[in-house]
Amino acid sequence: MSSVAHLPQDPLPIGPRPAPRALGGHLTAWLRANLFASIPSSIMTLVLLFLLGKACIGLWQWGIANAVWIVSGNDSSACRALRGVGACWAVVPEKYRFILFGTYPFSEQWRPALAVLIFIALFAVSSRRSFWRKELFLLWAAALIVIGCLMWGGFLGLTFVTQDRWGGLPVTLILATFGLAFGFPLGILVALGRRSKLPAIRSLCVLYVELIRGVPLISLLFMASVMFPLFMPDGVNIDKLLRAQIAFILYAGAYLAEVVRGGLQAVPRGQYEAGDALGLSYWQKHALIVLPQAIRHVIPPLVNTFIAFFKDTSLVLIIGIFDLLTTAKTAIVDPAWQSFSVEVYIFVGVIYFVFCFAMSLYSRSLEAQRGTN
Amino acid sequence: MTTSTPKRPPARPWRLSLSDPRVAGLFWQILVVGIAVAIVAFLWSNAIHNLSVRRISTGFAFLGREAGMPIADSWIDYTPKDTYLRAFIVGIVNTLRVAVIGIVLATVIGTLVGIARLSSNWLLARLAAVYVEVLRDLPLLLQLLFWYVLMQGLPAARQAWKPVEGVYLSNRGLILPSVPLHEANWWTILALVAGLMVFRFVRRRLIAQQMVDGRARAAWPYALGLVVALPALVSFLSGASWSITLPELRGFNFVGGLTLAPEYFALLIALVTYTSAFIAEIVRSGIQAVPRGQSEAAKALGLKRGFVLQHIVLPQALRVIIPPMTSQYLNLTKNSSLAVAVGYQDIVSVANTTLNQTGQAIESIALIMLVFLTISLGISLFMNWYNARIALVER
Repeated sequence: MSSVAHLPQDPLPIGPRPAPRALGGHLTAWLRANLFASIPSSIMTLVLLFLLGKACIGLWQWGIANAVWIVSGNDSSACRALRGVGACWAVVPEKYRFILFGTYPFSEQWRPALAVLIFIALFAVSSRRSFWRKELFLLWAAALIVIGCLMWGGFLGLTFVTQDRWGGLPVTLILATFGLAFGFPLGILVALGRRSKLPAIRSLCVLYVELIRGVPLISLLFMASVMFPLFMPDGVNIDKLLRAQIAFILYAGAYLAEVVRGGLQAVPRGQYEAGDALGLSYWQKHALIVLPQAIRHVIPPLVNTFIAFFKDTSLVLIIGIFDLLTTAKTAIVDPAWQSFSVEVYIFVGVIYFVFCFAMSLYSRSLEAQRGTN
Repeated sequence: MTTSTPKRPPARPWRLSLSDPRVAGLFWQILVVGIAVAIVAFLWSNAIHNLSVRRISTGFAFLGREAGMPIADSWIDYTPKDTYLRAFIVGIVNTLRVAVIGIVLATVIGTLVGIARLSSNWLLARLAAVYVEVLRDLPLLLQLLFWYVLMQGLPAARQAWKPVEGVYLSNRGLILPSVPLHEANWWTILALVAGLMVFRFVRRRLIAQQMVDGRARAAWPYALGLVVALPALVSFLSGASWSITLPELRGFNFVGGLTLAPEYFALLIALVTYTSAFIAEIVRSGIQAVPRGQSEAAKALGLKRGFVLQHIVLPQALRVIIPPMTSQYLNLTKNSSLAVAVGYQDIVSVANTTLNQTGQAIESIALIMLVFLTISLGISLFMNWYNARIALVER
């Protein structure tokens, strides 16, 4: 260390060279560099501008200039008079309560709305690094219980609402969130099992993961909806939503197990050995030393798995559970509004996009943080 | 791993206590396997009981019965009078048809978009980014329903939209001109494939010779002979006709040409665009993983842009790209099962109908799983073989 002091001083620093003079003003220079750098690039820019302009004008005319925004009293004649030259956004104010909350009793729909807000708050809190500690688990448990109470009711003057009347956005969020909340611990256990030295446990975990990942989600949902009742003893009748939820938990468990396994592989062996040297048991070693590091490694891919999972909940449409996409599809069965499904799909598309895009931005910011650390 | 393994300590005698790791290991394994077996046995006995109560016979005997299920869009001969087995085969062919074509198209489009995202043209790069972001953040099923609704909203066959001569887009789907393939045509195609394979071999020999003496040898005469002249000769000798049949409107529908039914077309568009967004990201990160010094060195040697991309950047990027690409191919294949939502009769859809008609739930779902596990295994094996082929050869 002392040798550093004897090194000769750095030569006098040479100041940075002045930037080369830009051709023309700031904007012109940017345009030349980014849009008209060469002849092929210029042609590309012009062609793209032309196509983009055409698309924008078309969309403007359809979506805004010629659109019908509101009608009175479920009367779609103004929309049908458009004959497709303009969008009928009036279908959204007409149907949004059904799309968002399904057949939940109309006067009680503040309850699912509140549940959705609690979900969003829960996600927002969980995304903050300063909240990543043990208390967060308690918060999740409390929030999920409160949501369950709100949706079911049956106390404090809240009327009881059975699960088959739930629908829309809350169902999508329930399927996704409960799937993750239970699938994640399952995934951790399976990932540990897959790396275990015990051959029987390892092969069971491999079988589970590969079987689930090798088949489409739809076949799991079919299993949940038609095969599951066959496997239950007489008289045991489990609700359809719960059966789909179990399928989702098993599905999420397999995919999350693979992500967590990647994280476990990234933890250096010295960490395990240090845990052994301290005399920690298997579970202590993993809970205190290995898993915190492993999961920190894989947070960005975990968020990406969450996004995929959130989108995949829409598949329950096929087994007839009323999630956001199913309510949207059902809303346009109404003969008066039948021909305006594009508008309704765009509406629910925006909702899905907002959730997924927020998660995707978050995942990117995490990755950027990791890059700078 | 270790060069000097320390001598193993002599084996300790077993102690019948959980603090002995061997006993603990055995105990946990027996416990977990026991629980798993107990659960499976419980479910199985319930299933047997329930099936006997409902008078559903187990087994695959139902496959030989008449299906009575209409399948509109099939590449092999099928009528509702055929057996369930044949219906399942039609379903498998339909699944493969959408998966294989989807994989090829998604790879092409995804690669183009991925390269476009790295373009120095700002507008092109931004548009590619928007494409990726929008498609990735919407559920595939929503996109599929959206495309299907758009298809149904297209004009009727009589007012079909005609972008190019012979191509029609209407609510009957996409109709393309086709070339009827007879036996003679197949011989020509076979000759073309054989010629290509021989040419590859010849070219490799030529390059090997160039490695020895440094003299460049022209490959184009061989290409002309093997890839152009040979198929042309076979085509002439076998008398193959390559006339293109243009579809034409007769009454309310089209005759001739190749028809892509709206269900198939919507499913194909949805799968291709959705997967291409993911592939674009994979290609982009693969290209970015190649150190810049590589392309700079190639440019310093005076190589052309296209040559640099093809021979310097892509081969190195492929090593990063192939493993995640494999899982995208698997995803596309599994996602093709969403066909059931728009009524395209793939394997899942056929199995679902069978299940509703016969009540053979366990067998139908087992068949779905079997088919997909086989396809997944096939894709994995092929991609692993390809990955091993292009892997870095360290000297």
